[in-house]
Amino acid sequence: MIGSAARLRALSLAAFLGLWWGAALIAAKPALLPPPPAVLGFAWQAVLSGAMPRNIAITSLRVAAAFVVSMLVGSAVGYLAGRSRRADTLIDPWLVILLNLPVLVVVVLCYIWVGLNDVAAVLAVALVKVPTVMVTVREGARALDPGFDELAIVYRLPWRQRARRIVIPQLAPYLAAAGRSGLSITWKIVLIVELLGRPNGVGFALDELFQTFDVAGILAYGFAFAALMLLVEGLLLRPWENHANAWRR
Amino acid sequence: MPMPGGGSIGQSRAAGHAARRPGHADPLPGAHPPAAGGLHVHIQAKSYADAGGRRREVLGETRFAGTGGEVLALLAPSGTGKTTILRIVLGLDRDFEGEIRLPQGRLGVMFQEPRLLPWLTVEANLRLVAGTDAREIPLLLAEVGLAGIETLHPKALSLGMARRVALVRALLGRPAMLVLDEPFASLDPKSASELAALLARAAHQQGALVLLSTHDLDPALGCADRLLVLAGTPALLAADWPTGAALRCAGAGAGRLFKQRLLSRFPFLGAEPATDGAP
Repeated sequence: MIGSAARLRALSLAAFLGLWWGAALIAAKPALLPPPPAVLGFAWQAVLSGAMPRNIAITSLRVAAAFVVSMLVGSAVGYLAGRSRRADTLIDPWLVILLNLPVLVVVVLCYIWVGLNDVAAVLAVALVKVPTVMVTVREGARALDPGFDELAIVYRLPWRQRARRIVIPQLAPYLAAAGRSGLSITWKIVLIVELLGRPNGVGFALDELFQTFDVAGILAYGFAFAALMLLVEGLLLRPWENHANAWRR
Repeated sequence: MPMPGGGSIGQSRAAGHAARRPGHADPLPGAHPPAAGGLHVHIQAKSYADAGGRRREVLGETRFAGTGGEVLALLAPSGTGKTTILRIVLGLDRDFEGEIRLPQGRLGVMFQEPRLLPWLTVEANLRLVAGTDAREIPLLLAEVGLAGIETLHPKALSLGMARRVALVRALLGRPAMLVLDEPFASLDPKSASELAALLARAAHQQGALVLLSTHDLDPALGCADRLLVLAGTPALLAADWPTGAALRCAGAGAGRLFKQRLLSRFPFLGAEPATDGAP
């Protein structure tokens, strides 16, 4: 039955809302901890004025661009590193540097070197995200079955067929995992990048609201955008991951 | 009955594609000299590096040739290097000294394990290698007793069925050469003799060159035109004996006599492969 798990989930969510509401009532400082209706009210006004849809659309575009770039680059480099020991040895120090560089350093340097523009913003997010995609896909490339490579060699399969029928199906679970964790990291970094140097988007809106200590606004934007990303994950990425793993069952 | 003891047989050193380490004629079509026709295998030496980094020689001078319409059976106990020879012939192992030339045309291969892609249906697995002509698929599936399983995934097949699908994959597209690694393994005697008959048909009716490895004498005698016996460490070709039509026509008596002489010369062929490794 779908019932019991869904009901538990709803109950847990209701408990969260209740706790929040109760705490807001007890604290009785709506400027610091507004109750849920105040947050909903702000969100409604922001939707009506068009500011929130516009900001969320702009941020979503940046998230999408950074996501696509980091998935493409990370997958290609990760595949290479997984297939060739020499490539792996060459790439590894770069990987260590990128993985250990603070996000803030990457963002600030991108803005300084590339300029305060969207290219720099997307580049910064991609630079942060590429290494984790790479590590996941490298794991997948290492796990490729050499027996299927031999099959492709003796039957002289053209590279297109090899990629589509032999390599990608084996990599798909890893690509899906990289994509799913990738999205959740990407959108959080995009907000920081926007806060630091963009004149629009959810991150910029949060910055403005921070200047005026508008907690209701901060919560409204935070929940709205998180809900959108959860929706994308649940409706696009999770079904794709299930599909990629379907043949294993 | 001619029984040349040595391993080498007459072989022309035709102008060809000499390969020393990288070692193998390119497996892409068109890479072989058109006049070559048959299969020429000349392995001078093959060694593996063991865990300590030392080279351990597994194959010595091994030379044989074959033409279309012949069934060659590489016969040896397990662990003697049959699979190594097949991998070298197929171009999957290029780390050897010697020269290989393949017949022109399509190559059909059956590995020891089925190697079907689990994310594709049986039909998609077969279509992948069938190229444009997939009409043979239902016919060949019916021939191995698997009619109507096209839409199943390999997970749903028993090992025996999966091996037969792999056999169909090898037979698709009228290959000029069929290479089969231990095709009779774990088959009951009846299925083994059916498979032997099917392979003999592929060779004698369609003109394919069939090269198979086996440690099992009986099915090899049931289809092979020549027995290539491997023995020793490093393994050498100890015999290249024709069995052929003469044996099949002469009936059971001649067959038994041949088998006796074979076993008296190579007693290890009679033993079941209980021990792993060279005799």
